Amino acid sequence: MIRMRTIEISVGAFVLAGILCLVFLAFRVSGVGVGDTSGSYLLNAKFNDVAGLRVRSKVSLAGVTIGRVAKIGVDSETAEALVTMQVSQDVANLPVDTGARIQTEGFLGGRYISLIPGGEEQVLHNGDTITNTQGAIGLEGLIDTFISKMGSK
Amino acid sequence: MLRYLRLLGQWALDWIGALGRASAVWFRSMAGLPRRGDMTLLLKQVYQIGVLSLIIIVLSAFSIGAVLALQGYTQLARVGAEESVGLGVALVLLRELGPVVTGLLFAGRAGSAVTAEIGLMKATDQLSAMEMMGVDPLHRIIAPRLWAGMICMPLLTAIFNAVAIGGSAIVGVDWLGVDAGGFWGGMQDGVQRWEDIGKGMVKAGVFGVVISWIAVFQGYDSTPTAEGISVATTKTVVYSSVAVLALDFLLTLVMYGDFN
Repeated sequence: MIRMRTIEISVGAFVLAGILCLVFLAFRVSGVGVGDTSGSYLLNAKFNDVAGLRVRSKVSLAGVTIGRVAKIGVDSETAEALVTMQVSQDVANLPVDTGARIQTEGFLGGRYISLIPGGEEQVLHNGDTITNTQGAIGLEGLIDTFISKMGSK
Repeated sequence: MLRYLRLLGQWALDWIGALGRASAVWFRSMAGLPRRGDMTLLLKQVYQIGVLSLIIIVLSAFSIGAVLALQGYTQLARVGAEESVGLGVALVLLRELGPVVTGLLFAGRAGSAVTAEIGLMKATDQLSAMEMMGVDPLHRIIAPRLWAGMICMPLLTAIFNAVAIGGSAIVGVDWLGVDAGGFWGGMQDGVQRWEDIGKGMVKAGVFGVVISWIAVFQGYDSTPTAEGISVATTKTVVYSSVAVLALDFLLTLVMYGDFN
């Protein structure tokens, strides 16, 4: 029969190890998710084509991830894609003429939204819409353009 | 023809009866206020079920993490995406492999032991003796084991995940030479706290409840003979394993099922 003291100490160590592992997972392994809504605000943008963009795709500014795509819908009036982005509060001073472009990570990688800051004095607020946008340019589209240009020569 | 129908009926009635008895065991051992000395009983069971399972959990976790990194690296390096190894391993472990493998090991290591112990207590009339003395065996024997199982499974799963990710980092980063920044950075970029870690832990909790419930019930309901105990122990491992795998599919469907 093992002494109660040993049992108590080892159980304490076990529980502590479990909690420490959970903390390790929470802070070392995971990053900021879409669910983490504290300290962020929403921006909208209308694109003519968002093919390949998904909810939780990255939103980046100068190559740094500053947010995630929260929702993708369709604006039925203009038949454009309406993308809602969740942007970190740290970059709350984006000018109103900021542009948004859908780009591809690497050659075959996932799509993400790249924000290109403008030069206006006024800044975008929660719920504002970015109008200066450029939609997705697919590899297929590029090849199509290339072929049609070659053909017309 | 009628004979087979009768067999089917018998089988169904047996199952329904067992389900009823299992529910009765569950509610009667969960009911009632904690008493003085309950904490000591629980601690002993956490030691038996959790602490003593640590070695097998840590060893399996390390080798599974290492193997995942090795296999993932070989495939991903062909397309030059070896930095995604970290993310791939972490997601596979946190969402599926962690809770499931821990559950299977837990059923084999701790569940079978609980069943055999309770079965032997029943076979040697220790449970009846307790009742004669006015001690409720459900409260003194069953409840601490149920609680210990429910406490230990999530903790063991967290340890399993952390050790496995550590193992994959040792193989991937230190041995195969994946860039450490890309390995951990890709992981942090793609793993979400609730979506991946939290839901994995929910799975672990559900498995903990189901496995310890099956284990104590099989022991408590076993035929009090040597053969009965062996049958009950086998049933615990088989039923728990099947339950873990089937429930894992259902839980994945329910929690990650918004495929659009």
